[in-house]
Amino acid sequence: MATAAQNSLRLLGRSPWSARFGMLIILIYVVTALGAPLIAPYGETEIVGIEYEPWSEVYPLGTDNLGRDMLSRIIYGARNTVGVAFATTMLAFLIGSIAGLLAATLRGWADQLLSRIVDVMMAIPPLVFALLILTIVGTNLINMILVIAVLDSTRVFRLTRAVAMNVVVMDYVEAARLRGEGLWWIMSREILPNISAPLAAEFGLRFCFVFLTISALSFLGLGLQPPTADWGSMVRDNATLISYGDITPVIPAAAIALLTVAINFVVDWFLHETSGLKE
Amino acid sequence: MTSAPDDGLLLRIRGLKIEGQTEEGWAEIVHGVDLDLKRGEVLGLIGESGAGKSTIGLAAMGFARDGCRLSAGTIEFDGRELREASAGTTRELRGNRIAYVAQSAAAAFNPAHRLIDQYSEAPVQHGVMGRAEAESDAISLFERLHLPDPETIGFRYPHQVSGGQLQRAMTAMAMSCRPDLIIFDEPTTALDVTTQIEVLAAIRDAVEQFGTAAIYITHDLAVVAQMADRIMVLRHGLLVEEGETRDLLAEPQEEYTRDLLEVRSFQVKERPRPVGETPVLEVRGVTAGYGKTMILHDVSFQIHRQRTVAVVGESGSGKSTVARVITGLLPIREGSVLYKGEPMPGRFTQRNKDQLRRLQMIYQMADTALNPKQRVRDVIGRPLEFYLGLTGAKKRERLRALLDMIEMEPDEYIDRLPGELSGGQKQRICIARALAAEPEVILCDEVTSALDPLVAEEILKLLDRLQNEFSLSYMFITHDLATVRAIADEVVVMHRGKVVESGPRTEMFKPPHHDYTDLLLSSVPEMDPDWLDHLLAEREEMAKQGRVLKAADN
Repeated sequence: MATAAQNSLRLLGRSPWSARFGMLIILIYVVTALGAPLIAPYGETEIVGIEYEPWSEVYPLGTDNLGRDMLSRIIYGARNTVGVAFATTMLAFLIGSIAGLLAATLRGWADQLLSRIVDVMMAIPPLVFALLILTIVGTNLINMILVIAVLDSTRVFRLTRAVAMNVVVMDYVEAARLRGEGLWWIMSREILPNISAPLAAEFGLRFCFVFLTISALSFLGLGLQPPTADWGSMVRDNATLISYGDITPVIPAAAIALLTVAINFVVDWFLHETSGLKE
Repeated sequence: MTSAPDDGLLLRIRGLKIEGQTEEGWAEIVHGVDLDLKRGEVLGLIGESGAGKSTIGLAAMGFARDGCRLSAGTIEFDGRELREASAGTTRELRGNRIAYVAQSAAAAFNPAHRLIDQYSEAPVQHGVMGRAEAESDAISLFERLHLPDPETIGFRYPHQVSGGQLQRAMTAMAMSCRPDLIIFDEPTTALDVTTQIEVLAAIRDAVEQFGTAAIYITHDLAVVAQMADRIMVLRHGLLVEEGETRDLLAEPQEEYTRDLLEVRSFQVKERPRPVGETPVLEVRGVTAGYGKTMILHDVSFQIHRQRTVAVVGESGSGKSTVARVITGLLPIREGSVLYKGEPMPGRFTQRNKDQLRRLQMIYQMADTALNPKQRVRDVIGRPLEFYLGLTGAKKRERLRALLDMIEMEPDEYIDRLPGELSGGQKQRICIARALAAEPEVILCDEVTSALDPLVAEEILKLLDRLQNEFSLSYMFITHDLATVRAIADEVVVMHRGKVVESGPRTEMFKPPHHDYTDLLLSSVPEMDPDWLDHLLAEREEMAKQGRVLKAADN
């Protein structure tokens, strides 16, 4: 009998080029994020030269508006932006999936209450809502993670509730209920393993959106605060260079775009595999 | 159009091989089958699930399901090769000269369109007749197929028509172009026995009337005996035996065919109800339902220790609802459920662990009753841990003992996922899960109806053995009277939420009865090829005397 590891290796062997490309890119990002201090030629906030230096051997991508090395900041930016986005997405999933599972398992008033709260939250455009709350509670890292996580958990809730509803009606869930199992067991052992595939796929997509939201907030000055290196604010800080035909500010933007595309490739493939479709 | 080459052969299949896609690539599932069908002949294809009968049936139209391909051989329909025919050729034939009737008419009809719209689609598309003509033709066909209100039934939507009627409407649709060949894929399997009769009679009548050739696919030998001129027995994608219906039934040559014929010979000796003993489980005057509509009305019966009570009735009779009431899933409006004379709390959430443990349930569909992500060891291990507090070596030991009890090799199966088991094996795991709780009563909800006859019989034998070993009491919910005959001590007949009749098995199978019991009993197909004719004649005779036995939806 094949073990889980063998299975996943075999699955990997059959993956299309797009998924492999996506996985490679993600791997590169992760390595960069984890090993930033080792890879980056200069420190994250270290001022190493004069402002807006062009590309050279000393500064491969030039320097930014304060004279910090662009390449080093992009490398550290991977750590900050991707790390924060990952933490936020995890939190969003924790909140959303537990609430979704509760709604699907308990039904009745619990479902009504949770669903209506989520409806109200979803009725307000998320970026505007985030901006509003952040200006009230103040912009720091923890607040930003919490606000984006809560706002994004509404989508996770919707998905979890919908897919869990299909599982709740199964005889094995009824059998577990009749056995006298508690709520937590039914949610975590009977339902969750059967909806993990769509949730994992959603995780990939949600991560992209969280990532974009953080970058957008940073660009607007309400996200990660200086001097932390962050791709969104790097675009804003150096935007003037574009007027002079220098493409440097586009590089952090391209880094965001590339990761988004890479994740989508992997998610597409994963969805295709788990949906059980044959070609 | 070329005419048939010789001897009136309509369909000629030679060396047909079909492959299916698996994780490891293409695997052969039909290994070279030959098939001949004359004009106007009805051929029965019979075999257990996985025998390839449906796949062969579809191949006769030159069609392969997604994930399947016709890899070798020839399929000649009326002199034309279909296996490699162009899409244009097959499109011209399908619906027009070859038609198909699916197992589940409810799933095959588009719920958004009226029957008549779907009926007229094929004749209009193929240019056989215009819309108005098709509609008037539909009415005459509906009439021929004994559909009630033939004038207006076509203007209803599929959900407004009962299952048996829908299946006949589908047959009418297949006949709309007066095809040369119709493929019936288990058309009555999903129906109640009482409804099945009407559909069988209607199909046979129509096929004879128009001289249509047919391939009739089923797993029920008794059904095919009524319908087919000739029978082919298939197993594992190979032909086992072929012969004229009467010869094959009278003198089967192969052992597998004999097994199929002898199925249901298994019978438990009836045990009388013990005197002066409190029943293990008693349902006393229960009325229950959803919202304001009551489904059960004053239902009462008793289950004694080590006895089997069969609750029979057609779908919608409330027999499964009784199980929901007993398990506490559905609250009782009036009456009570008593365990050894003590009333049990109405909701399962109010029952304690011990009350839950004593009452276990086995479901109809083992597929949905087992969590696909849990291995056998977890499925059976959980009740051991949960109810009996077994852990570690003790639990492992008990687990292996349970697998031995259900005749499954522990080393081989203990780590499997449900998806890696066959239908019969899955049902055995469900039995083991129920058994692990060391119950006193097991509710069996149609536990064998989704299984092939030979597998079903093995399951019944297993249940009987376990009953004697552990003094279990069973409540057997079923619509299959053959099962009742095999295993029940007492029978409770339900109809529209009421108990119509109840008593010991031998008495229940002896006339005279309540009309409904008679209808139910007489509707079970028998192996005798003349059974349907005799039955229909008998019912007609009775109707003349003013006693009409007919399924509710007619």
